[in-house]
Amino acid sequence: MATIVKKSELPQVELFTSGHKACAGCGAALAVRTVLRATGATTIVVSSTGCMEVVSSQYPESAWKVPWIHSLFENAAAVAAGVATALKALGRPDEGKVVVIAGDGGTVDIGMQAISGMLERGEDVCYICYDNEAYMNTGNQRSGSTPLDAFTTTSPSGRKSFGNDRPKKNMPAIAAAHDIPYVATMSIGYPQDVMKKVQRGVTVDGPAYLQIHAPCNVGWGFDSAKTVEVAKLAVETGLWVMYEIEDGEIKNVLKVPKRKPVDEYLVLQKRFAHLFKMPGGEEQIKLIQSYADRNAARYGIELSREKRDLEL
Amino acid sequence: MMQVMEGSHAVALAVKASRPNVVAAYPITPQTHIVEDISQLIADGELDAEYVKVESEHSAMSVCVGASATGARTYTATTSQGLALMHEVLFNAAGMRLPIVMTVANRALSAPLNIWNDQQDSISERDSGWIQLYVEDNTEASDMTVQAYRIAEDNGIKVPMMICMDGYTLTHTYEPVELLDQELVDDFLPRYEPVDFLTVYDPKSFGMFADPNYYTEFRYNNQKALENAKTVISDVSKAFGETFGRDYGGLIEEYRCDDAELIIMALGSVVGTVKDTIDDLRDEGIKAGVIKVRTLRPFPSEELRKALEGTQSVGIIDKNVSLGFDGALFSEVKACLYNNKSMPNVYGFIAGLGGRDIPKRAVKKMVETIGSGKPSFKSEFVDLRTEILEEV
Repeated sequence: MATIVKKSELPQVELFTSGHKACAGCGAALAVRTVLRATGATTIVVSSTGCMEVVSSQYPESAWKVPWIHSLFENAAAVAAGVATALKALGRPDEGKVVVIAGDGGTVDIGMQAISGMLERGEDVCYICYDNEAYMNTGNQRSGSTPLDAFTTTSPSGRKSFGNDRPKKNMPAIAAAHDIPYVATMSIGYPQDVMKKVQRGVTVDGPAYLQIHAPCNVGWGFDSAKTVEVAKLAVETGLWVMYEIEDGEIKNVLKVPKRKPVDEYLVLQKRFAHLFKMPGGEEQIKLIQSYADRNAARYGIELSREKRDLEL
Repeated sequence: MMQVMEGSHAVALAVKASRPNVVAAYPITPQTHIVEDISQLIADGELDAEYVKVESEHSAMSVCVGASATGARTYTATTSQGLALMHEVLFNAAGMRLPIVMTVANRALSAPLNIWNDQQDSISERDSGWIQLYVEDNTEASDMTVQAYRIAEDNGIKVPMMICMDGYTLTHTYEPVELLDQELVDDFLPRYEPVDFLTVYDPKSFGMFADPNYYTEFRYNNQKALENAKTVISDVSKAFGETFGRDYGGLIEEYRCDDAELIIMALGSVVGTVKDTIDDLRDEGIKAGVIKVRTLRPFPSEELRKALEGTQSVGIIDKNVSLGFDGALFSEVKACLYNNKSMPNVYGFIAGLGGRDIPKRAVKKMVETIGSGKPSFKSEFVDLRTEILEEV
């Protein structure tokens, strides 16, 4: 079940201030804002190069009201390890947990090695990947986190292509394989769940890996008012599953009582538009549906018949 | 007090004396002994520092960036491929003005794979914005480690510094080393007190992006910091001399140059061999001298113009080659002399690549070439085995 934070418990301070240069309807900006509401002011944030870094830190203006550092694209996990180690070495434990905020390209592709090293060494870092499923900062190129059949500028659809020819890399599972204390998946469509999980991530002793699904209206091609709707549909179709992994055990999977067919999610987005027009597109949608069905089975997101009867 | 020890051990002890808070390093030959010795010093409780055993050199330098930005004194060491892997982080550390100190155990770059000494690795990073200092022996390697922190952390500088010591020739060689007294080091090098650092009590943003309206000014200030380093390096050396009795001077060291008609110039440990050779030549009545270039960055342009005034010929030894052009020191020395009133004939020698020895015989041959009075536009490969060129 999604964990719920009461409205009265929500921190009111905005630590990611308005005035940053993110696009209207940006899911990642919503992610960062929610994450910082959960961490509070006692944290040091490390960003990798990417959308959230670029829109927030154009000299001489900064959107960050917490101490913040950006170094390079692939090294945020290592920089964060350096910050955390320095706090330990200098005897400054009161300055909270170091939080990484990095995109999916900086995480599942170019930053993998540094993340693996950081997790394996048990650094006291909470790593949060905002997953908008492609290299959006450079204009929508395919990453390892791009889903099957999505059109990107480097995985275009065409006479001989349905778009991206591989499914998403399962980064949370890779993180969990390091036997770290806490892994969680989240979605910007469920902010209270995000806050609860981030709070867990920053209080757990040792490394935590969190991945937040953050639709990009510009790259995915949908109306800027529909970011939250699209995010929720990813969960409601079973294409994005929300769960926690503690001590190797998957738990607190968000149940989806009446799973929606994947078409409802795909049809809203221009990156999948070709599937509804091309010969063979229907088969591809069926394949995507099979991924959702597999997720449903693997994570048990559907209520059991007895339980559903009980709820009804 | 002097003690016979390995160069790597001398450096590890100097690092310990400098009291870094965070060390992050990845093992690579011939740097390994340094980081092994530091690990042991920490394990034995002799050095109170955190050692991050990273998964690559890229992460080693990245950990140093994070730790230094948080206000820690940081140290790392690497060589060759490891330094090349750090390349982009080197520029980043310099641009963020972080006073990280690193030892580079100079080694050749692949291919072909070669673990022995030359200076291609650090020479290739000379544009990274780091202060680069080359040492001649193990006492200098040790002394400069302590001095490096005081130079890099100076408020007028705030750029990282690499101390380049020849792999094997220095790192693995046992020779008498002047030990550093901890109390004296503590007086000479106080705790690092950063002005700007990451803290929740005064949130600041680091590593922002600068558009064309600002980028040039950041680069200019960075350049200015390297210029400022010229005086600070000399001042710190003088202060070190007052405390420890060893003053290395400034950016260059002149040896028997006063009336020299012919000067050999080099970086690093080969300077010792050259000095010995010059002593022999002096005995034979040849007016020869040596200039040891200590800092490649900042480059000692003014110092060299002054030192070479009245000299007829200069030979430059490069343990590197900028493929498609010349040895790096050769081209840079020529560049700093151009437009100068007095311009000696300049001869370039590429030698000592991939661990090939540079014996006195080779230096004497260079002096003979210089004596011919026919300078070439190009660096010449010394001791080239022409008979195997077809085969390799």
